[in-house]
Amino acid sequence: MKTINITRLKKTALNIRRNTLISLAEAGSGHTGASLGLADVFTVLYFSVLNHDPKNPQHPERDRVVLSVGHVAPGWYATLAESGYIPQEELMSLRKLGSRLQGHPATDHGLPGLESSSGSLGQGLSVAVGMALADKMDGKNRKTFCIMGDGEMQEGSVWEAAMSASHHKLQNLVAIVDRNFLQIDGETGDVMSLTPLSKKWRSFGWDVRMCDGNSIEDLLHTFDTLLYENHPSIIIAKTLMGKGVKSIENDYLWHGRPPGREELEGFLEELGYDE
Amino acid sequence: MKNYKNKGNKPTKTGFGEGVLAAAGKNPNVVGIGVDITKSVSMDLFADAFPDRFISIGIAEQNAVGVSAGLALSGKVPVFATYAVFSALRTTDFIRVSVCYNNLHVIIGGAHAGISVGPDGATHQALEDIAIMRSLPRMTVLSPADATQAKMITEMAINELSGPVYIRFGREAVPDFTDEKQKLEIGKGQLLKSGNDLSLVATGHMVWEALQAAELLAASGIDARVINLHTIKPVDEDILIRAAKETGMIVTVEEHQVTGGMGSAVAEVVSQNHPARMKILGMPDRFGESGRPEELMEKYGFTAKHIYNETLKLLKK
Repeated sequence: MKTINITRLKKTALNIRRNTLISLAEAGSGHTGASLGLADVFTVLYFSVLNHDPKNPQHPERDRVVLSVGHVAPGWYATLAESGYIPQEELMSLRKLGSRLQGHPATDHGLPGLESSSGSLGQGLSVAVGMALADKMDGKNRKTFCIMGDGEMQEGSVWEAAMSASHHKLQNLVAIVDRNFLQIDGETGDVMSLTPLSKKWRSFGWDVRMCDGNSIEDLLHTFDTLLYENHPSIIIAKTLMGKGVKSIENDYLWHGRPPGREELEGFLEELGYDE
Repeated sequence: MKNYKNKGNKPTKTGFGEGVLAAAGKNPNVVGIGVDITKSVSMDLFADAFPDRFISIGIAEQNAVGVSAGLALSGKVPVFATYAVFSALRTTDFIRVSVCYNNLHVIIGGAHAGISVGPDGATHQALEDIAIMRSLPRMTVLSPADATQAKMITEMAINELSGPVYIRFGREAVPDFTDEKQKLEIGKGQLLKSGNDLSLVATGHMVWEALQAAELLAASGIDARVINLHTIKPVDEDILIRAAKETGMIVTVEEHQVTGGMGSAVAEVVSQNHPARMKILGMPDRFGESGRPEELMEKYGFTAKHIYNETLKLLKK
């Protein structure tokens, strides 16, 4: 088993959160809540789980990631920068004219590390199913990961994709759900109930794991114990929207707004970022 | 005038299926996506020949498009076909974002297009698909006139084009008049008959009707040019501007809504380059209904006689 420096991973997640906030304040628009909530998932995925080479993003044997929940782009771009796909300073171009860092990820603009454009919820899992199917047909050993939001599960097409993944026994496919129980209008339970979410996925033929999506240790353990046998896997990662900035944690109003320039310093202090 | 002989009636969907089969025989990356009505859209020819390359997705068209995108991102050339009302309309946002925005070579087959589907009624009669598909950036929109053309165009679209492609075809057996040895080029309109009094521009099933209408007009001493616009996007501007300049009048004919279809594409070119009098024949902003195909074609004016009458009216104005 590879040795994993947990302290270092936590520092990486902190960097991602910090750079997410700075780029969002600079952009003046964008989705803060789930970008912060997913920082630990991104960290474990990109710094421990994925077989990838940021210096060779088109490597034919690379694992592939589909970011179905496209609006968390700011957090994901910060992860790409932290991994070395793009320069850190490029994060300041988020959502600006001519940028590779579009409001929602777009292959059109030549962003390394991006497999498929996203932003219209409920499409990414289908795309990931197609990728995993192709790999299976071609006898390739690599894996496909698909990151979705929990509100996204309200899109019916997610369940079409879920059905097809288990029908075709895509053991090379792993979905990750950002389970923060919030969406734009409020709590998922009020807007449109998703529970029992794990039972739904299990009944669709998936190997379901639950974990604390804001615990590096728990995420590492969960990814480590995935079986990759017969069934597609899904990790329901319970997170806090806005995780790391106490004053906005678990507040659905922070789904789609950026920190104001005047708020940024306070937020960074709350993160506990220490140069 | 060159005479076009009907080699025998044959559905354009059969031509599509034969084209997929031919393309797949030459290109091992071609994969087929099935959504339950495989035989009905002639994809059974491919599925029987290449069972390992045929992927069943069930009655889930949105997922079928997303899966096609994922396959194309992995180097496959997916062909996804179902009734046009589902393949083009139910799935539009999936096609827009996952296929067109990603600029992927996915072939979307729109079967049973037009009112000639008949007794199934309006839910199954796609009369809006050209308008929707041609408004999507990067999408190529093809609408072959007969089974032989459907085969040729489908094979070319799969193995020679890049980017997203929509191919429209019908269910009814219609006159098959194209010579297999004839040169056909995607993006180029086909001049079927020369003439200088006016131009009839038709697509799909209506091309044969336009040829018949030209004969009726000839009997009345009117020399009509006939153009088959099998490629609606990218549209052949040259052939249309020439028609406007040389004949001064254009009648378009399609089994589709008047709004936004092939006629609109022609009008966009003509109005901005060499304005000419135009009449757009098609469905006048309404739904179809059940009936035998020939009854519906008659009732809604998708016949040579109707084209002839409307052309005379326009000439008298």
